[in-house]
Amino acid sequence: MNARALPWLPLAGVAVLAAYPWIGGEYSASLVARIMIYAIFALSLELLVGTTGLVCFGQAAFFGIGAYGAVLLASQELPSSLAWLLPASVGLAAVYALLMGALSLRTKGVYFIMVTLAFAQMAYYVIHDTPLGGGTDGIYLYVKPGLALGDTVLLDLERGSVFYGFTLACLVAVYAALAMLQRSRFGHALAGIKANEQRMRAAGFSTYPYKLAAFVLSGAIAGLAGFLFAVKDGFVNPELLSWHLSGSVLIMIILGGLGHLRGAVIGAFAYVLLEELFKSEAVFGSFARHWHLGLGLVIILSVALLPRGLVGLLDRRPA
Amino acid sequence: MDFATFLIQCLNGLQYGLLLFLVASGLTLIFGIMGVINLAHGSFYMIGAYMAFALAPWVDSVLGGGFFTTLLVGTVLAVVLGYLLEWTFFSYLYEREHLQQVLMTYGLILVFEELRSLLVGDDVHGVKVPELLAGSIPLGDVMSYPVYRLFISGVCLALALGMYLVFTRTRLGMRIRAGSTNREMVQSLGVDIRLLYRVVFAAGVAIAVFAGMIASPVSSVYPGMGNQVLIICFVVVVIGGIGSIRGALLAALLIGFVDTFGKVLLPQAAGVLVYLLMAAILLVKPDGLFKAG
Repeated sequence: MNARALPWLPLAGVAVLAAYPWIGGEYSASLVARIMIYAIFALSLELLVGTTGLVCFGQAAFFGIGAYGAVLLASQELPSSLAWLLPASVGLAAVYALLMGALSLRTKGVYFIMVTLAFAQMAYYVIHDTPLGGGTDGIYLYVKPGLALGDTVLLDLERGSVFYGFTLACLVAVYAALAMLQRSRFGHALAGIKANEQRMRAAGFSTYPYKLAAFVLSGAIAGLAGFLFAVKDGFVNPELLSWHLSGSVLIMIILGGLGHLRGAVIGAFAYVLLEELFKSEAVFGSFARHWHLGLGLVIILSVALLPRGLVGLLDRRPA
Repeated sequence: MDFATFLIQCLNGLQYGLLLFLVASGLTLIFGIMGVINLAHGSFYMIGAYMAFALAPWVDSVLGGGFFTTLLVGTVLAVVLGYLLEWTFFSYLYEREHLQQVLMTYGLILVFEELRSLLVGDDVHGVKVPELLAGSIPLGDVMSYPVYRLFISGVCLALALGMYLVFTRTRLGMRIRAGSTNREMVQSLGVDIRLLYRVVFAAGVAIAVFAGMIASPVSSVYPGMGNQVLIICFVVVVIGGIGSIRGALLAALLIGFVDTFGKVLLPQAAGVLVYLLMAAILLVKPDGLFKAG
């Protein structure tokens, strides 16, 4: 595995990210925090697509549910405690993932892609068309959560630097957990399902519970990303559940390189930075309004020229 | 709900369903025969609607004949567009994985949307119903039904019938069906499969563009209209069974009725109903209603 050849790379990445707020200033640190949230989101999908071989096109549903959970469950007057708000929001996303996974894992291939999309659209319309979450306007989170022990405030996510550190810690924890999971018996079973599910079943594995567990775990991680997103901006709207976001996160992991956790993180950075580049009026002037054009062309070219993603550039071994 | 309202909603559902069928038929063909997931198919619908809007003044001044000439010119342009696109872009997707196809055609959506924004702008436009079909038919004492919607249903039905005849009664249809079952075998029997694909693709694009054009007077022309249609059409294709034209027709009508009546009877849940239906059908029949091949 290439990661073993370069064990310092993830560590160096963490060091750079940890030092970044001091180098880059407040605005760009906020951008990096957003990218790290997308990286967590991309990692959640990587667990399904890259590790288990299940192409989920409804990942935004979990992201959005985690985000709405953070806003709807939180108290609007006093800072809510992270100790219960975070697990509750993540739990909501996991419960929806359990429901969605239990039903959609009965289908395969392209049908699976479409059924997951359908379930995500259902969640989207429930939020979009009912007054539950403020409808199309979305809702604000006025008081950001924190963590206090007695009277001592341990974590106050209202402060940008604390939020940055917390997001980085979440990213590292998710990355480490997934890396360990891939080396575990469970992870090997998932890899086996990706390679040949028929053979796994013939070898005596009941594959359905494994896939369902991966699906729920993935939903929970996406919910965590959504939670962080809601806390960061203090605002949620139905677009967080839209299929565009499900598509964008798929592009992130493929741009980065499927089958590698690094790929998901690199892809999230590359995608958001590309987006920012094409949106930048300093570079493109008034043409920046048409940033989708550049992004679309880059997506087409990168898939055509780099079928193994950005990770494939570093890794010279034949596929 | 009295009988006249019921009848009107039935006609609306039929019209919406048939229109969906036109777009979905191209999608399911390209999917079933070439194995390409074309997310950009909705963009062709959008391009059609914008063509109906943007070409009309030009067609009026150069050729005359109004809406119907615009339809004809637009369809011809669409065939050319489809042919060129297959040649320069889609033919490179056949050997790729589904996931890569999804991404590259997603990139194509962004490109099409921005080109549309550069050429025509981002405003919402209306397209006038042609004068010949502008009237409406009275139903009961107070209700009436616009002739133009009946015209849409009629044209869609005629096209559906035409497609059915081409598929079942012609040599071309036979080759297309054979090509979807076993590409190599057809090729080794001396059929130019690449030309066949190009023709099928161009036809699929033309039908979607045509659907966009005839829908434009009813639905108005707005950015993002392609994506909305795309998702619903995927639902249609999946419910019907990938590659099955018959399934697509049945599924499109089903969705048309469920969506139309859902909006009247359960306005809050209308958006969800279609997806609920899809999930329910796939849980019972994981390969859709009619699996091709």
